[in-house]
Amino acid sequence: MSSRRSRQSGSSRISDDQIIELVSKLQQLLPEIRNRRSDKVSASKVLQETCNYIRSLHREVDDLSERLSRLLATVDADSPEAAIIRSLIM
Amino acid sequence: MTSNRVFFNTSSRKARCARRFLQSLLRIRQRRPGSLSSEEVRQRSRRIKMAAYSSMACTVGSRRAWSRAIIFRLQSRAGRHGRMRRRCLGVKKKPSREMSQADRLRDLVPGGEALDFCNLLEETAHYIKCLSSQVEIMKSIADIYCRS
Repeated sequence: MSSRRSRQSGSSRISDDQIIELVSKLQQLLPEIRNRRSDKVSASKVLQETCNYIRSLHREVDDLSERLSRLLATVDADSPEAAIIRSLIM
Repeated sequence: MTSNRVFFNTSSRKARCARRFLQSLLRIRQRRPGSLSSEEVRQRSRRIKMAAYSSMACTVGSRRAWSRAIIFRLQSRAGRHGRMRRRCLGVKKKPSREMSQADRLRDLVPGGEALDFCNLLEETAHYIKCLSSQVEIMKSIADIYCRS
């Protein structure tokens, strides 16, 4: 009985630590929070900033897709830059 | 300029992803080169966006829940004559005040709906790394094209 209880509390203790570690790992990836150099950021704030960061990355992909779409139309196939691009994937 | 070339020529994951994306880009360009009508630009832009998520996910393969989810969505879209569906490719549902932070995150990370909190955080970290890497790749390519 007691061994079962200690095993259960053991597993919940491990996953709490895991979560703390993962949250701080996420914190390191966020440009906003990383620059502030503060250790006292709540997990809720990290999650919020993570969501904001992912949304901004999705928007960047959208914007860059549109930019590339325009550029693809205007670039000359025989320009030296086009040759460079072809050479990059050889 | 040289830094761009070095970046593409290594065998790192990022370089493989970049080459894959570039190949898709050139295929997309060959379909209707030089067309600047706004409808064409929009269509091409959608294809480029799909190519971005596709090369990102295919480089990672089946190792991650988010990459599996993206690959699955792209495959099932291909079976429906290529119609774009709003809920695919990272487009989020409407946020509601009752959603928890974790649920908001599950909406944003592909494949997140099926994950427990711990795995969700792991997947999120990897997804963010790959997504920001993909953004850098796209910026580099746009810069190279801009110079021509």
